[in-house]
Amino acid sequence: MSELLELTAAQAIERIEDGDVAAGELFDAYRARAAADELNAFTWVAEAAPAGDGVPPGAPLAGVPLAVKDLFCTEGVPSQSGSKILEDYRPPYTATAVEKLQQAGATLLGKTNQDEFAMGSSTENSAFGPTRNPWDRERVPGGSSGGSAAAVAGGLAPWALGTDTGGSIRQPAALCGIVGLKPTYGAISRYGMIAFASSLDQAGPFTRDVTDAALLLRHMVGQDRCDSTSLAFPEEIALPQGVDLRGLTLGVPEELTGEGIESGVREAFNATLALAEQLGARIETCSLPHAPHALSAYYLIAPAEASANLARFDGVRYGLRVDADDLLGMYTQTREAGFGAEVKRRIMLGTYALSSGYYDAYYGRAQQVRTKVAEDFRAAFERFDLLVTPTAPSVAFRLGEKVDDPLAMYLNDVCTVPMSLAGIPAVSIPNGLSDGLPVGFQLCGPAFSENRLLRAAYVLEQALDFDASAARR
Amino acid sequence: MIDRAQVLHVAKLARLALSEQEVEQMARELSAVLGHIEKISELELDGVAPTSHVVDVVNALRPDEPRPSLPREVALANAPEPLEQGFGVPSPGAS
Repeated sequence: MSELLELTAAQAIERIEDGDVAAGELFDAYRARAAADELNAFTWVAEAAPAGDGVPPGAPLAGVPLAVKDLFCTEGVPSQSGSKILEDYRPPYTATAVEKLQQAGATLLGKTNQDEFAMGSSTENSAFGPTRNPWDRERVPGGSSGGSAAAVAGGLAPWALGTDTGGSIRQPAALCGIVGLKPTYGAISRYGMIAFASSLDQAGPFTRDVTDAALLLRHMVGQDRCDSTSLAFPEEIALPQGVDLRGLTLGVPEELTGEGIESGVREAFNATLALAEQLGARIETCSLPHAPHALSAYYLIAPAEASANLARFDGVRYGLRVDADDLLGMYTQTREAGFGAEVKRRIMLGTYALSSGYYDAYYGRAQQVRTKVAEDFRAAFERFDLLVTPTAPSVAFRLGEKVDDPLAMYLNDVCTVPMSLAGIPAVSIPNGLSDGLPVGFQLCGPAFSENRLLRAAYVLEQALDFDASAARR
Repeated sequence: MIDRAQVLHVAKLARLALSEQEVEQMARELSAVLGHIEKISELELDGVAPTSHVVDVVNALRPDEPRPSLPREVALANAPEPLEQGFGVPSPGAS
């Protein structure tokens, strides 16, 4: 692999600005890698670099190529959300997050594979086939943003965009040994993201290091008139610096660090806690009493919202249509043919949870649990600057291992879902290997604490010195 | 816990024409998932306000000013049955 492809995005930008590397040369090098993709990380790869580099002069991202999860609408480019019902759908507009990055000088390298409508934790639920983990091709990359994670980890892209509803950035980042950040809900516009669960969906970066995550985030945040739930970020996103964690108090929630966490993952977690302590952090156990119920609440709220969001796929305005004699037949047969098994399962679960007679017992209670989960975090952040947990309970599992057992698959999200319900930011960084496979360490903080979060992640990253180059060969 | 009749009822609400095999499978899988989820019924939640959204915003108002929107032909370009002025659908029929 050429030296060019070993650069982080920030390093590449510097080389381009210094005139050592041409943006087009970098794009072509990645384009060639992505076009020869053996991981099925991409669902579409650009034919060529944008004409005349297509980069505004002086743009801060300097033309560095970007891989984008399939579910972001990109004008004239397939945006299928991993679904047969949107096969070859080419939207008439571009998602705000992507547009902002393009304005900042990022160039669209390709669209990446994902679980259909972002429903899954392995990228096996894609209508376009599963993505493979670059560390071990017989294993899953995690999901739902598995294509973006595999592309970055495998050296097919310098960085990528994903979305996280209950862990879909953090868990694949952990399983692929890279950095994945879920920002505060509302920090980045959702306009043009094909919706899964609107009160939870949030875009975020996949990168090789924490600095690149901060850099990509910096150019994505901001209020958007097209998304009334978006908020102005209260401060500039800083490029993280620092050499120690002095003055920082880290809480370790006992509910998310005990039972159900694989031993290799727990060992890596404990070693990183010891490292954080050496770096000057104070570490104490804490409690999030309702966290054990977060998964249940999530698997009612997210499917309920999905069942409403996915009502739009009815064969009328875009996507697949199966002809039938009457309108209802056209709806039901189009949806039966176009949706995969997991999407149908979630639509059914959500519709059931919202249906007359069950609403209070399921959806209503889940919303109350959501309140309690958020209150637990608020209380914890009165005592702690950040909380830390393993990102996922296990390392990457084998393709096919959990795909027929929905509950086993859902349990992957046990450490990531609580933050999603509370709308708070969380980042996963690689903190070691277990049986040769990467493990992720998750840090989370209060809403809009991304600068604090990324600084702590950066200091740990420097001290951990995790080597991910093996996966890029 | 969730039986065949309930699956068929919910599928109808969700506009899904499930196959016979899917109906059986759905009953089994949804029961397993709901069995796990049931645990939230043990929690004491009386008087707890529901959270539907975490963003501390009540309303997002803006001036009602017209802006350009997609031209009709662009909006219709992806339609399975574009008509001159809209989206074509089969007759609602008797169902």
